[in-house]
Formats: sequence, structure tokens, C-alpha cells
Amino acid sequence: MALDQHIIQRWRSSKLLLLGGSAGSFKLIFRVVKSMPPNLDKTVIVVIHRKKNFFSEIEKLFAENTRMYTREITDKDKIADNTVYIVPANYHALIEKDGTFGLDVSEAVWYSKPSIDVTFESAAEVYGNRCTAVLFSGANQDGAAGLLKLKQAGSLTIVQHPDDAEMLEMPQAAINLDAGNYVLHNNEIFELLSI
Amino acid sequence: MDNVWTAATLTETELNELVDLVKRVHGFDFSEYSKASLRRRLVRIMQFKKLHFYDLKHKLVNDPQFFQEFLEEITVNVTEMFRDPAFYRALNAQVLPYLSSYQHIKIWSAGCSSGEEVYSLAILLHEAGLHHKSFIYGTDINTEVLKEARMGIYSLRKIKSYAENYHFAGLPGSITDHFTMMYDAATIHSELKQNTLFSVHNLISDTIFNEFQMISCRNVFIYFESELQEKVLDLFYRSLCPLGFLCLGNKETIRSDFFRKRFKVINSKENIYQKIGA
Repeated sequence: MALDQHIIQRWRSSKLLLLGGSAGSFKLIFRVVKSMPPNLDKTVIVVIHRKKNFFSEIEKLFAENTRMYTREITDKDKIADNTVYIVPANYHALIEKDGTFGLDVSEAVWYSKPSIDVTFESAAEVYGNRCTAVLFSGANQDGAAGLLKLKQAGSLTIVQHPDDAEMLEMPQAAINLDAGNYVLHNNEIFELLSI
Repeated sequence: MDNVWTAATLTETELNELVDLVKRVHGFDFSEYSKASLRRRLVRIMQFKKLHFYDLKHKLVNDPQFFQEFLEEITVNVTEMFRDPAFYRALNAQVLPYLSSYQHIKIWSAGCSSGEEVYSLAILLHEAGLHHKSFIYGTDINTEVLKEARMGIYSLRKIKSYAENYHFAGLPGSITDHFTMMYDAATIHSELKQNTLFSVHNLISDTIFNEFQMISCRNVFIYFESELQEKVLDLFYRSLCPLGFLCLGNKETIRSDFFRKRFKVINSKENIYQKIGA
């Protein structure tokens, strides 16, 4: 299926790419970020659920395999273009109006910290319609409400097609809320984000 | 949950109005708190209590009991024993050998919430044979959480979840060795409660109350805007003895040049600093 010009245009004009996922999402998100050109004039924020205390080496893997500058978020980091930010385990990451990150250790959302909802919702507050967000596979409902907020703010929201998701609860929850502008198969997601 | 309430929001003007009201009526100043997180907490209260903006203002003015609940919800009180186990390993290896040379070790755990960090430090000092000459002050702005801290009683479910941290912190035995177990709760051993003192202290408005060899303030700065972080850093700097240690959270760093010159980095991953001369 060829992607329509409208979706391509909205992706191109985005300032921020949000990638959220839980169980079964890591490889896909990693592949997306790996394929990013070094000169992408956008900020990428990755929110992946994972267990605390187990250093999953996610940050290292990303940093060594991507052409964009990659870093794990530290509190009050200034949000820069051309950079991939990974939300650290056991923290929620919020975006401040002054263009910095704020971390937060409050209660888990859907048993998850980081929570995709928290980052997506605060991105909607600050970036409004200037985001593209993709919600991938996962075994709980985190991310769906945040994706809806982004859609309502006018951003481009994409849900991984449940047929392609290893765990379909997360994309299905987003579909149930009608939070996605598009429900796309993996190949379409990769095609779009590499344009 | 009702859809009306999940969709509750707060404009910037409303947020500022609430901050102003709390400052005037209750004397607590949240004006330099990180806005995104503060807004999230406020919206959460509105959702839980099913309050519109105007109801919330009304309750804040007219219901003194409500303010305590409000404060508890606004200030994040999520904590764990041996949170970030690698931090405790670093303390053990890099800080305790130094502290052991002091006759008396005074430690301040700032923003201690329900006391888990204070007791974690007490256990660490106990295992290092330093507890008898140590004194740990736990402070928080919230009187309710300090009551919990003083009791030192935690649910069995929580203790189980702390057991993994304890193990990763590299301490011998099990975390339960330091507790008296009851049916559904565990009480910290009374000798570990000795040499601890919990009291109210507001990092924003209160001043120096003692001199310390070590100050731990982890995951508190993330709720403060940069200017406020500077002010509190100044308070900590003045509260530390020469060559005393400052411990910040895993993702919190000293950013200002002014204080970067006044603290030496002891452990850059765990953000442990040592006070040096200006």
C-alpha cells in the first residue's frame, strides 16, 4: 500500500517523533531508530517499559547503533533537534514549556514506570500538533490515553496494526479509544519514518 | 472512572492561581516547582476527588483537613528502601571509609518522605559497624509522611519488593534480618530506630539547622526549577562540613558552574559529590 501524501506531509512537518511500546516492541523501535538519518531535523523520544535494577543495556545499544546522537534523559536536559532521547527506567519523563525535560518518580501508570501516557500527554501540552507518535506492541493499556491526547491536539498518531504486534493489548486499547489517525502495518511504519 | 474527570485539565492561569492561593493561605510556596509535574499532580487531585477548579480552590481555603491531603498528593511520596542499589554500593565503597574516620557522623536525608531511605542508610551503617556513632536526620515538609517514618512499620508486600534492591546493594543476609515480622507488616528493629530523628523542614523556606558529614537528597531536585535547585544547593553547601558529601539522585546533576567549582565529583553515575573550598 502506498502511503498518501497527507500522512507524509504531516510526518515531514513534525518536530518531535514519539515512539512508545512495551513487551514485543523493542526490536521494532530499535530498527526504526537505527534507520534514522544522522541529519533528521527532529527530536526523537523513546519510551519503552522495562524492569528497574536490570540494566537492559538499551541506552548502549541505541548509542552504538544509531547515526543520530543518542542519550538517556537526565533531569532538566535541554531538548535538542537531531537527538534521540531514551526515557530512563523507573522515571516518568515530562516535557516542560521551556524546552527541557523534567523527570518524575511518582506512582507507576498501568504498573509501568516510565509510562508512555505521561510522556505523550505532556508532549501534547507543549508541542500540540507538531508531533508524530507511534504506539507499538505491549501487554497493557499504557499509551492509549496519551496517544488520544496527541490526536486531539492535532498531532499525527499511528497505531501498529494488531496483526503485526507480538502483544496486541496496547495497540488494541488505542484502537478502542480511536486514538490513532492511522493503523499501519510494520512495513508501512518503516517506510513512512524513513522518508 | 468518569470520562468527565479523566479529561480534567488545568490552564496555566489556573495553575498559577492555585499556587498563589496555597502560598497566601497556607504559606507553602510551589511557585518554583517544575510546572509539568506540578500540573500533573493537581489534575490528579481533581480527578480523584472529583473536583472542578473552583471546588478545589474553595476546599483549599475552607477545609484545613483537606490541605494535608492536598500536600501529600502534591509532594510525591513514592520511595523505596535501597532505591537504586548501585548508589548504596558506591556509598559503601567510596564514602563510608572516609566517614568512618569521624568521631561522630551526622547525616541529613532531605525530603525523606516515609523514612525508607533513612532506614536503608541506618542498615548500611550498621553493617559497616558505624551505626553506633552515627546520627541520621530525616526531614520532609509533610507532617503526615513523617508520622509513618517515625513508626518504621512497612507492609510485608513492600518489604518483599525491597528485598531485591537489598540484594543488589550487595548487603549480606536478607532485608528481613533487620525487621520484626508480623502478620502483614514488618517493623524496623528498634536499635536501627535509635540515632534517627524525623522532623519537619521546608527546603524552600527553612534554613541551616546543623552541620553534616553527608547530605542525601535524591529525587527531590527533579521537582524544582533550576533557580530553586540553586538555592537549595546553597543551603546544602553551607550545611556540609568541609569535604562533606552530597548525594543527588541517579538522574540529577549539578549543572551550574558556580557549584560545579565548589563540589568535586566522587561518582558521576550515582551523582555523589564532595564539598571543596570555593
